[in-house]
Amino acid sequence: MNTNANRAFPWKHVTGFVLSIALTLLALWMVQAHVMGFTALISVTLLFAALQILVQLFLFMHITDSPGPRYHVIALALGLLFTFTIVAGSIWIMTFGGNQAY
Amino acid sequence: MAIGHDAVLSEDDETTPLEYRHENDVLRIYGFWLFIATDLVLFGTLFATYVVLRANTAGGPSESQLFEVPIFTAETLILLTSSFTCGLATFQMHRKKHGWLSFWLVVTVLLGATFIGLELSEFITYATHGATMQRSAFLSAFFTLVGTHGIHVSMGILWMLSILYQLWRTGLNSTTARKVFVVGLYWHFLDVVWVFIFTVVYLTGVAH
Repeated sequence: MNTNANRAFPWKHVTGFVLSIALTLLALWMVQAHVMGFTALISVTLLFAALQILVQLFLFMHITDSPGPRYHVIALALGLLFTFTIVAGSIWIMTFGGNQAY
Repeated sequence: MAIGHDAVLSEDDETTPLEYRHENDVLRIYGFWLFIATDLVLFGTLFATYVVLRANTAGGPSESQLFEVPIFTAETLILLTSSFTCGLATFQMHRKKHGWLSFWLVVTVLLGATFIGLELSEFITYATHGATMQRSAFLSAFFTLVGTHGIHVSMGILWMLSILYQLWRTGLNSTTARKVFVVGLYWHFLDVVWVFIFTVVYLTGVAH
């Protein structure tokens, strides 16, 4: 377990902060400047959001800190799978002419 | 693992963080990860609802007519910064700097309160322009998703204040260390959820 306890400067946190701000402003600029088509724009900004999950998990949330097996990673992966299934499944099923039904 | 007694795992081990030295604290941190996984599913259902209903404005205001780039950008930058300062609180806790730990928690609370203030004024502006929750399916889904996140942040502020009080009363020990660590997990998780609200709700809303 390495928690950087003895370091005087929080390098991991500063790196995470700079990355999160950079990813946010880059996404905002890409949308504002319309650097590509709508679908491509949404895909790239969603990819940036997914990268921000990794920034928070690894640089802020100490996901690798744990005495013994990392059962919490399994729980989190399952939560992410359910979330993805609900969102992607809803979008998928509702594109089949569902707009007229409600 | 025995839950009935609180086994000391490594009392004297200086390389083990304070919050992981007792078996009960390890279990409680694991329990909180389970909560995060389930809360994630809750937000997943709200995101799914929003994405499905976003175009159903019923003749009312649409996303691009409501969302203002400077407002939601400010909200995002403030919440990202608060996640950073909350991380600094945990960092100082691991260095056993009690004063700095409390300082960064106070900064996090202040940034969180600023975020909530901005969000409330945003909601009030919408409502005074007729964009209320009952106006359309889009607005119902919008206020439910963003409002649920806002309630989470508000609870986090109250929770952090109570931990600050406990830190002031009892000092830094394995129990308060575990509480600071867990409220930090909660706060970073809410930051992740907001990044997706920023991307899926606001950026997509103004991208057309």
